[in-house]
Parts: sequence; C-alpha cells; structure tokens
Amino acid sequence: MGEAIVITSGKGGVGKTTTTANLGTALAILGKRVCLVDTDIGLRNLDVVLGLENRIIYDLVDVVEGRCTVQKALVKDKRFDNHLYLLPAAQTSDKSAVNPAQMKQLIEELKQEYDYVLIDCPAGIEQGYRNAVAGADEAIVVTTPEVSAVRDADRIIGLLEAEEHVKPPRLIINRIRSHMVKNGDMLDVDEIISHLSIELLGIIADDENVIKASNRGEPIVLDPNSKASIAFRNIARRILGESVPLPPLEEEEKGLFSKIRKIFSLKS
Amino acid sequence: MNVVAKQKQQYVTIKGTKDGLTLHLDDRCSYDDLLKEIEERLVKQAGVAPDSPLVSVHLKIGNRYLTPAQEEEVRALIRRSKNLVVDSIESNVMSKAEAIEWMRKTEIVPVSRIVRSGQVLHVEGDLLLIGDVNPGGTVIAGGNIFILGALRGIAHAGYAGNKQAIIAASVMKPMQLRIGDIMSRAPDSKTDEGNEMECAYIDEHNQIVVDRLQLLMHLRPNLTRLERRM
Repeated sequence: MGEAIVITSGKGGVGKTTTTANLGTALAILGKRVCLVDTDIGLRNLDVVLGLENRIIYDLVDVVEGRCTVQKALVKDKRFDNHLYLLPAAQTSDKSAVNPAQMKQLIEELKQEYDYVLIDCPAGIEQGYRNAVAGADEAIVVTTPEVSAVRDADRIIGLLEAEEHVKPPRLIINRIRSHMVKNGDMLDVDEIISHLSIELLGIIADDENVIKASNRGEPIVLDPNSKASIAFRNIARRILGESVPLPPLEEEEKGLFSKIRKIFSLKS
Repeated sequence: MNVVAKQKQQYVTIKGTKDGLTLHLDDRCSYDDLLKEIEERLVKQAGVAPDSPLVSVHLKIGNRYLTPAQEEEVRALIRRSKNLVVDSIESNVMSKAEAIEWMRKTEIVPVSRIVRSGQVLHVEGDLLLIGDVNPGGTVIAGGNIFILGALRGIAHAGYAGNKQAIIAASVMKPMQLRIGDIMSRAPDSKTDEGNEMECAYIDEHNQIVVDRLQLLMHLRPNLTRLERRM
C-alpha cells in the first residue's frame, strides 16, 4: 500500500507541476514505483513537462466516468522501466467533471499498485483543490520567496491542517536566488519558515536549466550536475525517510568568494 | 390602611436615598403576596399630584429569582403608581443560562494554534492565543486579546463595543487593529525595530495607541482583578 502525496501551493506559477514531475522522476530513479496524477483538468501541463504529451489516449475524466480502466489510461514513461506512470488530466472538460469522492476512490485504487502517488494540484482553493486533496495522505506545499506566494501558502496550509486525513504539510521553497537573499531583496528561508511554521522539506535554487529541461520534456532531475537536480533528489530521499542535511545555499557562494579572496591574499 | 399594614408582616421595605427610592422586597413570601403588597403600598396610595416629577426606584429582591416576564410584571405594576419608575432590579441569584453567558463573556479562552491567512478565530471573552496571527488572519474577541506570539494579521478586541479592551502581543506587527468601533492600520513604511511586547488601547482622544506593555497596569488596572467587569 503506497502513499498519496498532494503537491499544492495556492498560488499559480510557483512550480507545482515542475516539482511533481521532478520528485516523481527522482523517486523512480531511487527505485520506487511512482504514479503521477494531474488533477489540473482543463489546463493540463504535467504531461508536457514529462514529454509524454503525444502518448495520451485516455485521461482522468475517462477513468472516473468509466470509459476505460485506470491501467489503460496510465501513460508509462519508458525511460524508467516500469517505475514511472502518469495519469493525465482531461483537456476538454473542466474541474467540475470530477468530484472529491471519485478522486478519493481513484487514488485509493492507485495506492494499491504504486509506492508513491503524487497528485499535482491546480492553483486556487476551489473544486480542483478539493479534488486533489480528497485522496491524499500527505501534502507538500510549494512556495517561492515572494510575499504573495508565502501569503497563499499560509492560506493553503490552514486549509490542509483542517483536513483530518492529511498529515501536517511540509514545505518546499522554490526558486531561491541567493544573491537577492543576500542583498535583502528577497525573503530568506528562515523568515519564511518562522512565518509558516511547518517542516521544511527542501529548498531549490532558481536555475535557468529547469526551464530549458521542462521545455524539452526532460525533468531536470535527469541532469545530475544541476543544482536544482541535486535539490530535488535530496527532497526525494527525505520523502523516503532519509535524513539529508540542507546544503546552505548562501554560504556555498560565500565559501567560493572567500576562497578566491584567500587566493588573492596569499598572492599579495 | 395603617392598621392593616401593622397587622401583617411587611414584605416591602421602602427607603429613600438621594438617587430615589430603594425597595427591599422580601424573598421568602410568595410572588403573588409580594405583588399584592406592592400594589397596596405603592399603587393604591393616592395623593400624588399627577404632574409630580418621576422618581426612580431601585429594587433589591435578595435571594429571589425573577423571570424576565415577572420582572416586566413588577415594572409595569410599579409604573402604574403614576410617578414611580423602576430603574434597576438587583438580585443575589441568576439563572444558569445567565451565569454561563456571563462566564463566556468574561473568561479567558486559551487557544494554541496559528491563525493563518483567511482564517478567523472568534471568542466571546478574552482571547489568549498561544501562537501567531499571520497576515490575512483575523482574531476577534468580546474582551481583550493577548497574543503569545506574533500578531501580523488583524485583531479586533471588544467587538461588541467595549472600548476598554486592549490588544497585547509579544510581537506587534499588525495589518490592522480594531478596538470597539475604532480602527487603525499599520503605517505604510515598514520598520524592523521595536514592536516587541507591546499593547494597543484607546486613549483619551478616542484613538488607538500602541505602547509598551508595562504601561497597562496604570491604564487598565481592572485587568488584574479576578471578578473583571462584573
């Protein structure tokens, strides 16, 4: 029996879909059987980010309305043997095509087959959100170091805490720009944590390669050298229960600068 | 008339004070006897000039409980005496419902949680919040609000109109403060210093002032009392 984790944020564009795709891929690389569920009916993206767009035949609404079985609708990602599957959202319907009870049943069914069911939640707190949360056991809240995103994360955490079947949500802070944090132009990690007071699962640096990779349909996790990739892999390991220390973002660069300075001071 | 009154025990004792009349009503006789005597002693007493000024009457009814209907009946009866009007009724007893209501309005309600954006926490009495109020969150109390944590959202103390209410917080960085019907909002420029261990109250100019917590003992000495706002 697997675990169902909903990935949500309240605000749009903070990286829910990218996070879902990358955490799913990272978990698959680590040998887990993973199913990704896109609940953003009408505005599906997860298939594009994973590069599986062309292979969709049936979707979530087809399954819920009984036009096909779940197994038939699942799209297999061939890069990871039998480890990564996607249940795509419908593009032609809207959020009201599915209700929370149906979602709960569907996720329950998927949990029998897979170690992890990652549910990509749409932005907002309406029907789409309720559908996504209905079957979840755990929740990951994604935010960026912007006041508006943190505000919405706070709202969504409040809603998640009211859901009795969901464990206390955990936080991912996405798109941190260390130089802006250092200059005080961006909220820093400690500030966000003290504000939201939930467990931090990981922080991901802002990285142009994430966008490039997403556009190619290859999750950034597949590039072992990118900073963001390492961050996603670490988060995946934390989800598995390993204790992976957070690499201090700012100090890394400080270290680099001080190294350079040291070299100069030695020479002079 | 006088002879009759002397013959039986008096249920109604009338005393004149500078605020009017005080009526001590016996609390062991039956309610009907009491009404009868009030009628005999006050209403049937003739000789009051029709244009004489109104005299306010304070009723002290001891250990008797009067239902609202009975209270109304007594008031109406006394009003019939032309120039007497009941100002207050004081009893040593109250109903359970009233007692619970009174307790709800004056008790301190401890709550341990974070009031997040979009959430509203509403209590009748004083609120003791062990946690934060995040921006966009709202706490409302009938009495005072004490926050052991950061106030970054909206706090509304004394929402039913109690202007004596105060708001105290370990970290005072509110979006808005409201006490009674007075409102104030945070200055647009954000400052980092200060804001710790502060309280907000309404000053003599009817404006909300934020100041050091320690001033409260002078400003609101009633906060300390056990039987607050009785």
